[in-house]
Amino acid sequence: MSLTELLSHLRALPEMILLAGASALMIVDLLSKHAGRRTSFWFAQAVLALCFVATLYVIAESGGTRYYIFYGLYVSDMLSQVLKLFATLAVSAALVYARPYLLDRGLLRGEFLTLMLFALLGIMVMVSANSFLTLYLGLELLSLCLYALVALNRDVAASSEAAMKYFVLGALASGLLLYGMSMIYGATGSLLLPEVAARAAGLAASSSGHVLLVFGLVFMVAGIAFKLGVVPFHMWIPDVYHGASTAVTLVIGTAPKLAAFAMALRLLVNGLPALAVDWQQMLTVLAVLSMALGNLAAIAQTNLKRMLAYSTIAHMGFMLLGLLSGVVEGNRLNAVDAYGAAMFYTVVYVLMSLGAFGVLLLASRKGYECERLEDMKGMNRRDPWVAFLMLLMMFSLAGVPPLAGFYAKLAVISSVVQAGQIWLAVVAVAFSLIGAFYYLRVVKLMYFDEPAGEVAPAGGGAARVLLSVNGVALLAIGILPQPLMTLCQVAIRSL
Amino acid sequence: MSLPYLSLAIWVPIGAALAVLAMGGDRNAPLQRMLALAGALAGFLVTLPLYAGFDTGTAQMQFEEFAPWIAAFNVNYHLGVDGISVLFMILNAFITVLVVVAGWSVIESRVGQYYASFLMLSGVMNGVFCALDGVLFYVFFEATLIPMFLIIGVWGGPNRVYAAVKFFLYTLAGSLLMLVALLYLYGKSGGSFAILDWHKLPLPLGAQQWLFFGFLLAFAVKVPMWPVHTWLPDAHVEAPTGGSVVLAAIMLKLGAYGLVRFSLPILPDASRELAWMMIALSLVAVVYIGLVALVQTDLKKLIAYSSISHMGFVTLGFFVFNAWGVEGALVQMISHGFVSAALFLCVGVLYDRMHSRMIADYGGVVNTMPRFAALMMLFAMANCGLPATSGFVGEFMVIMGAMQQSFWLAAAAATTLVFGAAYTLWMYKRVIFGAVANAQVAALKDINPRETLVLGLLAAAVLFMGLYPLPFTEVMHASVGELLRHVAQPK
Repeated sequence: MSLTELLSHLRALPEMILLAGASALMIVDLLSKHAGRRTSFWFAQAVLALCFVATLYVIAESGGTRYYIFYGLYVSDMLSQVLKLFATLAVSAALVYARPYLLDRGLLRGEFLTLMLFALLGIMVMVSANSFLTLYLGLELLSLCLYALVALNRDVAASSEAAMKYFVLGALASGLLLYGMSMIYGATGSLLLPEVAARAAGLAASSSGHVLLVFGLVFMVAGIAFKLGVVPFHMWIPDVYHGASTAVTLVIGTAPKLAAFAMALRLLVNGLPALAVDWQQMLTVLAVLSMALGNLAAIAQTNLKRMLAYSTIAHMGFMLLGLLSGVVEGNRLNAVDAYGAAMFYTVVYVLMSLGAFGVLLLASRKGYECERLEDMKGMNRRDPWVAFLMLLMMFSLAGVPPLAGFYAKLAVISSVVQAGQIWLAVVAVAFSLIGAFYYLRVVKLMYFDEPAGEVAPAGGGAARVLLSVNGVALLAIGILPQPLMTLCQVAIRSL
Repeated sequence: MSLPYLSLAIWVPIGAALAVLAMGGDRNAPLQRMLALAGALAGFLVTLPLYAGFDTGTAQMQFEEFAPWIAAFNVNYHLGVDGISVLFMILNAFITVLVVVAGWSVIESRVGQYYASFLMLSGVMNGVFCALDGVLFYVFFEATLIPMFLIIGVWGGPNRVYAAVKFFLYTLAGSLLMLVALLYLYGKSGGSFAILDWHKLPLPLGAQQWLFFGFLLAFAVKVPMWPVHTWLPDAHVEAPTGGSVVLAAIMLKLGAYGLVRFSLPILPDASRELAWMMIALSLVAVVYIGLVALVQTDLKKLIAYSSISHMGFVTLGFFVFNAWGVEGALVQMISHGFVSAALFLCVGVLYDRMHSRMIADYGGVVNTMPRFAALMMLFAMANCGLPATSGFVGEFMVIMGAMQQSFWLAAAAATTLVFGAAYTLWMYKRVIFGAVANAQVAALKDINPRETLVLGLLAAAVLFMGLYPLPFTEVMHASVGELLRHVAQPK
């Protein structure tokens, strides 16, 4: 192996750092005596920071060029690196939000931190995957970490139940995905996405080849739909969101969405562009069902975590609208706008979701879980600033300008309209309206109702500062959405 | 070198709102009031150069500002005013000052948040009136919902939550389809959100009709037109006085303004094609809602229905497509801004003393509050369109416009003079005249200097506009003429 070849592997530097860091963390944690896990926590944050810097270095070094490494199993392009940046930030923020909550409950163990880092590693492998196998490996690494995280609070029956459900359904979905991949592999004879794409294009022309590919595609879409949590593969979302401790819900609801988005993009757009018509139709059905069920079911919830779970379903359905409007009658003119819009939507969603769960964590106390709708009552009296931040999150989730959520919706609807599917845009808009109702209800509870009983104001410290940054960022992106939009489009162009 | 007055008109109040919020809780209430007043006054002052420097000879946009905003979508921060929009910005800033003064000693809890909401609302509404970019317009249009939602929901009456949520969802429902319409136009125009480009965009009649309904729903809810008006009485009744004032005086104008800025010039063929429908809906509002107003027992509800009826006149004026009609409608909008604001403030004055909005609880108020009775008399007269008040000018012009179209149309529209007089004066009689109704009325104190100042300023505006409307109409001539020429040509 020549030196240049060896050095080319440095494009996977962030993953290497993360792997080494996560392994070292297990040992560091053994030596850490402090009950607050201060050493381990800061060590994990340091690893994440290093990982972030390494990703920046890889971006700077490659200058936006695409490189294949590890014999084509791995791709380093702008898309993967940018998503890695966001995922690292999201995990780092999740750790900060979760720390006081977990400390209060005695759950801040080394396992939590280690599992978080390995989950992030899984996400990174997924977003950089250039082969079915790599993608599957990343997916399993991520999923196994998440199953374990859900079960972290093992003394609570709901958590164990949620973990069990998640595991069984997740394993089934992985099976479906693998089955789909094997069909496509059988048809095309390759696991590498660019080769699959090239051969599928030839095969799709013949009707028998087309049937074979679509057969595999259906299973793959089912697997993707499960990971995104869109209807009818959404069953696990409400139970897992509800059953897991809020800190873990925060983790599940944020960075893994980026990975699921990347997985959809890699498999469908990179791997099977020849079948765009077929998978776009499938995604249309999934998107409409998700927006309908997610938004309608969220209205009926009395638990905030469940409400946000259904809201996730609706949002992921909305995001799919961007993915499915990229190719119009074989014409890819709309692709950058559409996929860029979907990516922008996902990133903004992660930011909003982080903030919303962050507020729940911040408002919770030792022996008191802030997770029912009533717990939001009179928040403006108790803690006006946190109430205001939550107001920003809710209006942003509802898509009201001038918050970031509005531009996310605008970008996606715009690409749907440009794809000529006006009816779909009208449906999306109608369900957004229904969705606005339950977000509004949270604002109503916070501002119009009196507090129910005496509850101390939300906590302080680093989590509060970061939450403020998070909320203000939504407003800032709302006022100046250009930089983030450009970044997403640059990332998509590298695809 | 002139200052960017339009940006100042938007951002000075919003900046003041942030400053008020930054001062924290109710401990600093007196200081927050002063700061809010300073902000509102500054906001009003920066709109004055818009009138002083306005060139009445041209229909072009003036005071234009342009900066790229979201390059990915070709969205620009593009502002400008013409004769149609400039007066509303000044009206808005003026009403904001009055609202701040009117709430001075009435609002005691969460003072800072109250004033910040109004200042923010004021800035955002100015943005609606001068945005020349579709997305910018939409952002401002929607952003008005958040402060108003909070104003109704936090400082409103007993049923405030229902009213606030209804208000929010109704208006959001309307405007979301407008978003689809805007995006469709964006695609058709080859990637431009510039409203002025859309004016020139050729569109087939079928597409125009679809777009017309997309925009109509948004604007009709805001105006509000019959039959999507039902949120307004609820919102008005539950809103605090200031909220009702801003809602009636400015917020309803956003919808009507949208019709002149989007529907008429962008979709002229559809507008002409569907004018019959718009006229019919307007007449229903004028006549039927006028009758509904007659039977109200709640003062605020009565004025709310009266507003809907008057706004029916505005939409009627737009869709007769002549200078009398359109200018009359614009004059009516401004006049209604003064008159409805004044009437809601009058109700506020009574409510602050008696804590009742029921007409039946009053009677003989003139005996204890003569100064108030005199001022309210003027506003009641203006509301029924008595000559020499501002209410007359607009109604007269719209009826003249309708007359050019058809005699029967004008006759139907003119019934408003009868109904308007009936419900307003009957209400006035029951509240103000007669024997002193009860001990509470007997104990009433006449309006204090602060209230006199607020109502006096509005009285002066009503009279001035009624006696000498030229300063208002001359601003509009060129723009309205250009608009009508544009609408008359098939695309």
